[in-house]
Amino acid sequence: MKFLNGLTLLLVFQLIGEAISLYFSLSLPGPVLGMLLLFLSLLIFYRKKETSQKSHEDALTVSATAILSHLSLLFIPAGVGLIVHINRLEAQWLPIIVAIVLGSIITMTVTAWVMLLMNRLLKIEESNEVTSNE
Amino acid sequence: MNNADSSIWVYLSTSPLLWLTLTLLVYSAAVQLYQWSKANPLLNPVAISIISLMGVLAVTKTDYQLYFSGAQYIHFLLGPATVALAIPLYQQLSKLKKIWLSATFAISIGIVVGAISSVFIARWLGADIQTQLSIAPKAVTAPVAMGIAEKINALPSLTAALVVMTGITGALICTKLFSMLGIRDNSIKGIAVGVAAHGIGTARAFQTNAEMGAFSGLAMALSTLITALTLPWLVTLLF
Repeated sequence: MKFLNGLTLLLVFQLIGEAISLYFSLSLPGPVLGMLLLFLSLLIFYRKKETSQKSHEDALTVSATAILSHLSLLFIPAGVGLIVHINRLEAQWLPIIVAIVLGSIITMTVTAWVMLLMNRLLKIEESNEVTSNE
Repeated sequence: MNNADSSIWVYLSTSPLLWLTLTLLVYSAAVQLYQWSKANPLLNPVAISIISLMGVLAVTKTDYQLYFSGAQYIHFLLGPATVALAIPLYQQLSKLKKIWLSATFAISIGIVVGAISSVFIARWLGADIQTQLSIAPKAVTAPVAMGIAEKINALPSLTAALVVMTGITGALICTKLFSMLGIRDNSIKGIAVGVAAHGIGTARAFQTNAEMGAFSGLAMALSTLITALTLPWLVTLLF
């Protein structure tokens, strides 16, 4: 029951997100807006009404953990869509592959270094607990 | 194949059940393989599953539309999964309060530098203008990237394909890259992966640890927001 309640709540937030996105014709997609709204709701309501929200939060945690533990599976249907563009990918494989690989390396390096620099400037200490699965 | 066999195939191959089940079977096998290989990043389960399923579709001459009629039930769950990213993020609230300013700044710089460099690399190596435009929004989650692609006159479905390739690339190289760069902070690793490799990178980050996953989810959401707001304008400067 907890899983179902949690999933229902996730869908409700997605629905609200979709409705707002459509109504104001935002470029932000419904699910992303739903995520931001859920985060804000947790911030506002969860701490104030600790006891009454407790069960909801538990249900949410149960369903979120279940659904997020299989997050990679969810990208496969869209990924198989690569097959539709196989001709273009074949004809322009070199620029596409190099742009993606170098672009990703540049994006990650720049983001990480800027953040490292900012953290040092703002004197925020590192967190490097031992990681598993690496 | 005799007649009865082929009519069963004709029936099943057009029903959503076959393609839904096959997607789950292939994914389970790919995860199993990944675990047996002691998490060799080259055997990334998403990449292996996509390549295997593309092979099946090519060999059986099955239309992607038909495949998707079954696989859409899995695809649908991306929506609630995106919403669910709010929960791990909320669990990291105390950490988030400390780093939100540096994270937002780093994400903004990362998006702009990443989009510009990818477009110029593709242009320099001779990609046509449609491909260059479709590469620009590759780092954000697929539905947003497709929306942006429409706005900037790129090809939405090509963009979706490039988005997936980018996500897999990020997931494949992130661990190695961070150890080469000497970055150990899990929140920084998470933010960088989320900006570069959206949800597929976030899935990879959650396999490493919960803190990295939570911040990757945050970076994905923030970069989606920032990209949606800035990229159409950036593209007018680049083309």
